[in-house]
Amino acid sequence: MQIKVKLFATLQKGRFDEKMFNLVDNTTVRDVLHIIGVDEKDASIIFINNRHQTLDTVLKDGDILSIFPSIGGG
Amino acid sequence: MGKILRINMGSEGGPTIVEEPLGNYAGLGGRGLTSAIVSKEVPPQCHPLSAENKLVIAPGLLSGTAGAMSGRLSVGCKSPLTGTIKEANSGGQPSQVLARLGYAAIVLEGKPKTDDLYKVIIKNDGVKIEKDNSLKMLPNYDLVERMKSQYGDKIACISIGPAGEMRLAAASVACTDTELRPTRHAGRGGVGAVMGSKQVKVIVLDDTGTKVRQPKDPEKFKDANKRFVEGLQKHPVTGQGLPAYGTNVLTNIINEAGAYPTYNFKQGNFAGASKISGETLAELEVKRGGVATHGCHRGCVIRCSGIFHDKDGKYLTKQPEYETVWAHGGNCGIDDLDAIAMIDFWDDNYGLDTIEMGATIAVAMEAGLAKFGDANAAIQLIHEVGKGTYLGKILGSGAAVTAKVFGIERAPVVKGQSMPAYDPRAVQGIGVTYATSTMGADHTAGYAIASNILKIGGHVDPLSPEGQIELSRNLQIATAAIDSTGMCLFIAFALLDQPETFQALIDMLNAFYGLNLTADSVTELGKSILKMEREFNMKAGFTKEHDRLPRYFYTEPIAPHNVVFKVKDEDLDKVFNW
Ligand code: SF4
Repeated sequence: MQIKVKLFATLQKGRFDEKMFNLVDNTTVRDVLHIIGVDEKDASIIFINNRHQTLDTVLKDGDILSIFPSIGGG
Repeated sequence: MGKILRINMGSEGGPTIVEEPLGNYAGLGGRGLTSAIVSKEVPPQCHPLSAENKLVIAPGLLSGTAGAMSGRLSVGCKSPLTGTIKEANSGGQPSQVLARLGYAAIVLEGKPKTDDLYKVIIKNDGVKIEKDNSLKMLPNYDLVERMKSQYGDKIACISIGPAGEMRLAAASVACTDTELRPTRHAGRGGVGAVMGSKQVKVIVLDDTGTKVRQPKDPEKFKDANKRFVEGLQKHPVTGQGLPAYGTNVLTNIINEAGAYPTYNFKQGNFAGASKISGETLAELEVKRGGVATHGCHRGCVIRCSGIFHDKDGKYLTKQPEYETVWAHGGNCGIDDLDAIAMIDFWDDNYGLDTIEMGATIAVAMEAGLAKFGDANAAIQLIHEVGKGTYLGKILGSGAAVTAKVFGIERAPVVKGQSMPAYDPRAVQGIGVTYATSTMGADHTAGYAIASNILKIGGHVDPLSPEGQIELSRNLQIATAAIDSTGMCLFIAFALLDQPETFQALIDMLNAFYGLNLTADSVTELGKSILKMEREFNMKAGFTKEHDRLPRYFYTEPIAPHNVVFKVKDEDLDKVFNW
């Protein structure tokens, strides 16, 4: 299945901002972090298709996975 | 910092100056002091531009000390935009300088009987007030240059631009930054119009010859401040994210959350978000020789600000804040950082609230005055305001008035003040704050985004009405207290996650004043401020029916979540039942 992974803020450094991945069924967010080399504790906020998700969420074909470190502003 | 400086602009024969001890206001600072003076001394029914209103300018309890982050200034009055009590908060140098000069507050009272314009000069050896009609309609940058040439470069200025002089409801009060530029603003609620009604163009402050304010217990204060700073540096938001990317780091995440108000709150995603994000902005600033990490006042250790250069590498404006980038950017369909920075400069120069003006231009775009996405047209509309044309005066009166004049239903306002950069349908907690805040729609009053979106201080599902009342209530209480200390509200990100950093702040207050405050007394302080403000608003005619969002937020779902605002009215009425 195809999913798009988007990284933000400090997570972009030395990686990418947006990339397509071809993944096997039942891949979780945690698996993706392993593949792209992001430490679990640095993936503070996870969205799939605009909704908050967790490390254990299983991805589906066509999902957009967005990963943020801890950030704030206002 | 035990004195109040009262300037009666309406005295026979010209303005008079009186210095008083704090008296019954002892122990108050910042928002606590501005709201206490306004609620005690200003008739709630008065016209905000009348002689009966007062403009109160107050540093916080810890301003002027060696404590980090303590340089925020509160500007309070009855608001000409909302008709409620108002506290608008600004960074920049004036808070520290004013506190070191020994003032807990400046109160501008009355109103001149002639149309003369005045400047106030406050130095260690005294206060002077002078008529200076040559300053009329000077934009803020030109004004500050003029003051610099007259009073030297050791000054800090609190001023209004043409918008304030024209008493427009979107007018701000400008504060100079560490480079002596008028870039930091008490933006919200038209406080600049009240300063304009008092006919005070600028307050020039010079603290030469003064000292840092001394704590009762210097050793304890030093130790508490050290723990406080360590806490801020340790937290990823205050230690990394904000310094590196500024507040605009939010563009991407609010957009990903589907909560980024786009095209006048029509949808929750903006296709051009990444082009105007904090990541892109920081990269551009560095590339052009600007600065991506910069403090708006001396003593700030988070340093969320920056300096923006134009294409030729010349100074254009300070790093536009997230709210500004949203208001003039995505909300107007504009994805061009240079145009947004240009509008930021002109807002600062004319003395206008960037949030209100961005929301207003989006309403004007919906009304067909310009096309969404047309940056040049947006810049021209801001110039209309600065020039004071009839159209400009309508726009400068804010989003609610503009919508009314042009027959537009969708005015994203509460109590006449435009909402900032988070759609309350996709972030229900911030909707509770918008609806119930004593200030009109305001994000800082109870920043539910922290728990709804950023997972700071816990996580409350943004799309469900569950838990939002309690969240907003607790944040509104804590914020009122923090706004009294002179501390930048961004310390809250670390305080919410790290109890020991919150304790360090309490220890600073105790060591400085010789008090025994606890976390509970801080909560009590916050509650007492909100209570004063609510009482003022009730006497001014506000009822629970005013604590609501505009109807269309309850009836028109917003994409991508296709949700409406679902918090029940009877629950909104419970926010202040504690
Ligand atoms: S964190 Fe930002 S807004 Fe707060 S005091 Fe520092 S520079 Fe100013």
